[in-house]
Formats: sequence, structure tokens, C-alpha cells
Amino acid sequence: MKYVLLICDDETNPPTNEELAADPVHQTWVADLERRGAKLGGERLRPVVDATTVRVRDGETLVSDGPFAETKDFVGGIVIVECANLDEAIEIAAGHPYARRGGVEIRPVWE
Amino acid sequence: MTAPHDVRTAVDAAYRDEWGQVVATLIGLTGDWDLAEDCAQDAFAAAVATWPRDGVPHRPGAWLTTTARNRATDRLRRDAAGAAKLRQLAVLARTPDEPPMEEIPDERLRLIFTCCHPALPFPARVALTLRTLAGLTTAEIARAFLTAEPAMAQRLVRAKRKIQEAGIPYRVPPAELLPQRLAAVLAVLYLIFNEGYDEEGVRRALTAEAIRLTRVLVRLMPHEPEPRGLLALMLLHEARRTTRTEDGVLVTLENQDRSRWDRSLIDEGVETLDQALAMRRTGPYQVQAAIAACHATAPDAASTDWPRIATLYTELARLAPSPVVDLNRAVAVAMADGIPAGLALVDELASAGRLDDYYLMPATRADLLRRAGRSAEAKTAYEEALRLAPTEAERRYLSERLRNL
Repeated sequence: MKYVLLICDDETNPPTNEELAADPVHQTWVADLERRGAKLGGERLRPVVDATTVRVRDGETLVSDGPFAETKDFVGGIVIVECANLDEAIEIAAGHPYARRGGVEIRPVWE
Repeated sequence: MTAPHDVRTAVDAAYRDEWGQVVATLIGLTGDWDLAEDCAQDAFAAAVATWPRDGVPHRPGAWLTTTARNRATDRLRRDAAGAAKLRQLAVLARTPDEPPMEEIPDERLRLIFTCCHPALPFPARVALTLRTLAGLTTAEIARAFLTAEPAMAQRLVRAKRKIQEAGIPYRVPPAELLPQRLAAVLAVLYLIFNEGYDEEGVRRALTAEAIRLTRVLVRLMPHEPEPRGLLALMLLHEARRTTRTEDGVLVTLENQDRSRWDRSLIDEGVETLDQALAMRRTGPYQVQAAIAACHATAPDAASTDWPRIATLYTELARLAPSPVVDLNRAVAVAMADGIPAGLALVDELASAGRLDDYYLMPATRADLLRRAGRSAEAKTAYEEALRLAPTEAERRYLSERLRNL
């Protein structure tokens, strides 16, 4: 079994990466993950203002600003890709079957 | 020593003609949008300070770009994180008095495609284009869009941040993306044009900016027909702008004083359209320009080529389907084939319900009913249009029609 954890909040006053690393609760969580050896991979995502959504309808690639916000849809998986730029990421996203079923939200990793 | 007045004119002209190119070049070199804008600003300040003493340089654009480039080098030198960017710049830095030997490539095309990237919110694309390419200040853009300046500033900051953080590439899209991305650029330019079209004062200036930017795009993409189509459309609309209202009342095309239409703009519009059509790749702007040309070149309303306009609207409905296009087609059909044929199309559209609350729907019906002599029905339709009309000029026009039934 593998799980993807999507860490969510409402993005008001989000901590910086440094503040998060200094947070004792977060430190405990990280230590726990390490003890269990559970972490396969994960990244912090930039806020939703940096999101781009790609849909393919009738063979046409539709790019829109913002997150994929329709509430009947939930995130069903994540794939971490290394790309030259957003256009390449859009190309990859558009090739995924879920771009036709629903949508693929592209979120840059916060590095 | 150059007269202060001449220097002012030269700086203003350089600002209008070169701002976008200086910013575009600096973004290309540093990848830093804020730095690019700041250094462009500095270069223009330097021009104001030194041109009166040293004279206006032979090539103001090259002088400004070089000065801005040197400013960027200075700034990056002071900043440890700037070291990598500095290495790219070092090769290119030189003093402004020695003009660069190489032609500075025009980077504005990369800039406009980046500003109009579909991953940015539409209002941000518009604001970013006006700021970075046209050189409008944040305050000017805020006033033009009736927005508070801090809100507009934030919109620009967020857009620039997203470009950086989401990795929106600074480039002209490759061939397979070009049709779609070019359409996005043209949509931004056309919106800027329309925002200023029926306005006075600061908003009015948007129309001139849109035409100027579209001319630049035409120059930079000479083999693409749609930028020419859009330019032609803008010129043909602009040619009859002053006749569209009289004493605050809307004047319909039919009743406009054609002797006051701007002939030179119409000639340029028609010529530009012909150049576009000669490339034999049709597109929605070319078709709209062709429709505008039919109106602009008809000596009087009675000799308008309505059958051709109806055909063009059919073509437009195929290229860019929308209920508004269908409504316009219905009018053309009414004028070409008789009122009943047009009214039938309008009623069909009305029953589809996609134009509810759009004032031109009842206004169009009212006009066709009036022409058919069905005054009672026309009255009801005019009253409905009056309730929905968004501007005072339109309401005055409709009230007048109602009175004259």
C-alpha cells in the first residue's frame, strides 16, 4: 500500500519553509516518519495562486489559471515531474487520461 | 546643447517607442522582471539628465538599452545572488557612448507571449502587457480599469511572481502552440482596444495603445495573417468612432454621418486586411475586419452589401461560434433576404435562451419589428431593451426610438 498525503490549509498566514522546519510539531512529525521509514517522496506545493489547470476537450488543450476547483472532484494522485518549464509540464499533463476525465492541476514545487 | 523642449519630445518619443524593447531585452538578459523595469526606469531618468547636456544620441534605443544593461550590472554586482546573472551580462556590458556593434534583437515578441500566457489570469495579462510592453504606469493602468492603485500593483506583483515561480517560459511558443497562444495575445490586445473605444480621457488612451501594440506585433510577425486582421479591424472601427454618438445619444451605423468617417484610417484598414487575406489563412479577426470593411466602404447605408455580410457572419460563426455572432448574422439575413427571414433567426435564438439579459437581443428584435411595421410588438421589445441597456447613450437612443414609433 502506498499513500499520498495532501497537506491542506486555507493558506492564511502560511509559514515559510524555515518557520516550518523550526516548528516542534513538524519536527516531531518528520522524526516519526523517519523512525517508520515511511517517506517515499513528497514536496511542499506553492500556493494555489501559482496553479495552472489543463483540460483536453474535443482534442483541444484548454489551459486556465488557478486550481482545479470543482468540488465534486478530488485529487486522485500526484506525479512529480522534472520539466524545462511550465509549457512542458502542460504538455505532459495534457497527455494524462485524467485530463479528459477531469483535470490535471500543475503546482510548482516550493524549493 | 539641445533645447529643453526638443529633449523632452525626444525622451517622450523614446519612451513610447523603446520602453517595451528595453524592458524585454533586460528580462531576456537577467530573467528578473522587477530588475528589468527598475533599470529601464533608471535609463530613462539618465536620458532626462544627460541628453540636454550631451545631445540626443543617434540611436536612442541602443543608448537606453546599453544604459539599462549597465545599471543591471551595477545592481547585480552589489547582490551576492546576482553573480550568476552577472556573468551573462558581463560579456555585454559597455559604456553608452560606444554604440553596440551588433543589432540588438527585438525581444518584444517573447515579452508579449509571456505576458499573455494562458496560465496567468486574464486581467493580469492585460495589466502586464500595458505595464511592461506599453510602459503605462501602474497608476495609469489602475485609472484606466477603474481599480484602486494598490490592487493593480498587487495584480502585477502576483503575475510577475507566478511567471517566475511557475516557470512560465520567456519565449515565442513553438509552431505547434502558436495558433492557440497567438489567439490569446490578440484577445488581450482587442480587449485593451474595446476598453477605450467608447470612452474619453485616460480610458480613451487605451485604444491608441492597443493599435500601437498591434502594429508592433504585425511588424514582428509579418507572415501571420491574424495580427493584420486585428489591426485592420481596429483601424476600421476607429475610423468611425467619432460618429457613433451625437450629443450623448447612440447613432446607429445606418444613420452615422459617413462624410465624417476617417478616410485615411479606412484606406489603411482595407489595405492591411488585403495583405492579411492574401496569405490565404482565414481567421476570426480577418472575417470581422472584412465585415467592418463592407460597412466602411459602402458609400451610403442603402448600398451596403448585406448578402456578403451575411456570408461573412456564417463564416465567423464557423470559426468562432457565439450567440452574439448568430444575432448579428440574423440582422444581416434580415437586410439581405427580408425581415421575416431575419426575425425567424432571432426568435430561434431567443427560444434557445442563451442571450437572455443581453440588451441587443430585444433591441435587435425591436428594430426588425419596427421595420416590418409591427409597432405594438416593437414597443414591447424596445421597452425590454431599455430595461437592459448598459449605457446612457444607448438608453437615450432606445427612448427616442420608442417615442417615434
